[in-house]
Amino acid sequence: MALVLNEEQRFLKDTAKEFIKANSPVEALRQLRDNKDELGYDPDLWKEMAELGWAGMVLPEAYGGLDFGFLGLGAVIEEQGRNLTASPLMATISLGASILMLGGSERQKQDLLPPVAAGELTLALALEEGNHHNPEGITLSAEKNSEGYQLNGKKVFVIDGHSADKLVVAARTSGSAGETEGISLFVVDGNANGVVRQRTILADSRNSANIRFEQVNVSEEDMVGSADKGWDILEATLNRGRICLAAEMLGGALECFEQTVEYLKEREQFGVKIGTFQALKHRTAQMYIELELLKSVVLDALSAIDDDRADLPQLASLAKTLANDVYYLVTNEAVQMHGGIGVTDELEIGFYMKRSRVAIQLLGASGFHRDRYATMSGY
Amino acid sequence: MVSFLLEVTTNFMSELNALRIEIKTWLEDNCPPSQRQPISSDQQVWAGRNKTFPSDDAKIWLQRCVDKGYTVPEWPTEYGGAGMSEQEAKILREEMRALNCRTPLYDQGIWMLGPALLEFGNEEQKADHLPKIARGDIRWCQGYSEPGAGSDLASLQTRAEDKGDHFLVNGSKIWTTFAAHSDWIFCLVRTDPEAKKQEGISFLLIDMEDPGVTVTPIQLISGKSEFCQTFFDNVKVPKANLVNKLNNGWSVAKGLLKHERKLMSEMGDIPRPSINVVQAAQQYSPMIDGKLADAVIRNDLVQHEMTMRALGLTHFRMFEERVHGQSDRNVGLIMKYVGTEEQKRNADIMVSLMGNRGLGWRDDEFNDDELMAMVTSMFNKTLSIAGGTNEVQLNIIAKRALGLPD
Repeated sequence: MALVLNEEQRFLKDTAKEFIKANSPVEALRQLRDNKDELGYDPDLWKEMAELGWAGMVLPEAYGGLDFGFLGLGAVIEEQGRNLTASPLMATISLGASILMLGGSERQKQDLLPPVAAGELTLALALEEGNHHNPEGITLSAEKNSEGYQLNGKKVFVIDGHSADKLVVAARTSGSAGETEGISLFVVDGNANGVVRQRTILADSRNSANIRFEQVNVSEEDMVGSADKGWDILEATLNRGRICLAAEMLGGALECFEQTVEYLKEREQFGVKIGTFQALKHRTAQMYIELELLKSVVLDALSAIDDDRADLPQLASLAKTLANDVYYLVTNEAVQMHGGIGVTDELEIGFYMKRSRVAIQLLGASGFHRDRYATMSGY
Repeated sequence: MVSFLLEVTTNFMSELNALRIEIKTWLEDNCPPSQRQPISSDQQVWAGRNKTFPSDDAKIWLQRCVDKGYTVPEWPTEYGGAGMSEQEAKILREEMRALNCRTPLYDQGIWMLGPALLEFGNEEQKADHLPKIARGDIRWCQGYSEPGAGSDLASLQTRAEDKGDHFLVNGSKIWTTFAAHSDWIFCLVRTDPEAKKQEGISFLLIDMEDPGVTVTPIQLISGKSEFCQTFFDNVKVPKANLVNKLNNGWSVAKGLLKHERKLMSEMGDIPRPSINVVQAAQQYSPMIDGKLADAVIRNDLVQHEMTMRALGLTHFRMFEERVHGQSDRNVGLIMKYVGTEEQKRNADIMVSLMGNRGLGWRDDEFNDDELMAMVTSMFNKTLSIAGGTNEVQLNIIAKRALGLPD
């Protein structure tokens, strides 16, 4: 358990802060949005991030990574969250690389992880099928045939789904929706025959896609883990993703909060700074409290990944719930406290609010995670 | 450089581990088994001239702790402490908790006055009062609030007039916890009525056996009456009992309030039902497939549990930050607020989970846990009022942590 960053991690965080602020501020996201950018992120920037070691940070050295751990990656993600940086990091590293590291065969790891670490290969996890996060509810079928498996079905809300080189698809090889047994995972080429990808434009101007799988043939070697037994790998991957996403959300909420506090100190009405009003002070202090609690939880959850702790599933739900609730609170309050300018597109606060709404749904809203935490706690 | 740091840290950690083993062994050898049970309020040993013990074991346990300096582990040995560092004392607390060892001695002198005297008292005051506190010979209470001065503490009116060799004290203090059982009281009094609010206040120690001191208990909604009003009618207080300089009592009080708030956020073994909220859920509320059937209570409970876990991690983060010299002092400001709000929520949830079994009041028809649930939920309402209301805490956060203008 580590709740403070060590010297190397702090250095990394400072570097990330400077680099992202200089190369990928919120203004960059605005331009991607306004130019209707096809890819949805800047590939040269991702290349530079990979050169800084961010793509390979949590990957083992044997596969071209740095083995630096999630506490370090979380520090980078938090800074990206502060600037709403659009990059393949979430889909390719937190989810895609995680699932390969946790369940991939030696060949899969050797083939895929080194190019991922070099920033040359992007991944996406095709999981959801319904309107709400429901990892057990998989119905996309993978039917065994003589050459391997054939995939048929539909996935939605696939982050980076339209652009990723490889998709990791959660499919059902037996059982029915709601059962954890019978889920299998496959690596599928993004451009394979029968893969029909449709980008969806979401409020946050980041990448998401709906994907149809029409008689997509995959071989036995493309399976991650073993048949019907994909759940444990998937669940462990999702926990990592939830925690990394919570780190991003913490960064976004902190930035939004700090900008709001500054505004309260500048803006004058009735001849005084609006920060003198107790009605605003108390609400601002409440946000500070929630953010400090979230900081502790995110740090502990990240270090739980590094230490492979048994309470990781609880911490993932704790971190995601708190991040959801805090990001929601802070963005709502930030808009209200900015008053009229808060609802203009010119002010960047609105970008945070839109990102928060997507991030809250991604990998489980608070209702999902409270239910999960309560169930794990015996009630 | 890195290897040097590593070595120093490793040595340091192994010293701490050695201490941990030493403490654990001592506790196992010296803490009687009866003193390793959950404590109820009638089992607590409170300091005092005429203190009583609920059992011989409680007396033995206290004496052994006194001999080791464990009643006040962080105080210097010459004042009855064990001279431990913060980290060492934390290890002692952790090991005591791990073995369920009871707190051997209860007293506001330990929690509040002692740390203030260590910081502000002169040598005579320290030598006179601290060892008695460490041994539990004297029970202390606090005289801050007044009927007209609650959250606005600095408007207090109790006067202490300079009469040459002594002060003459007149006025009254309210919410003086356990004053009826206490031997001495530490008070904030007005020594300069002309000065601005905070500047004319001094910090005085008063023997409650002195003529002119009287105490009246106040009955609360919880049915308890541990709070009192204390009256001072021409009480003569020696000049030697002034702590810090004349008219400089406010800084002592501020330092002391920090200790009180820290204490209130950490309160470990105040009496409460012997079952926790999760156990209460399982025993008292209908479940469907292992889930609480009442979705609203279930949501309340899980939110509370999550916040408690986050609070625990934040305590730990603050500690780690201090050890690594990265301390953000402002984080500590949130502890009292979150700790007390969650204790209120905990007790209210407990009552909700028990349904009508949680509504009993001094009736044998209900068991101790059930009766305690309601009393605790009423009593805990004091927590966000005492020691500065939580609204005042929010003001302090807005000012100190966020720098919002006055």
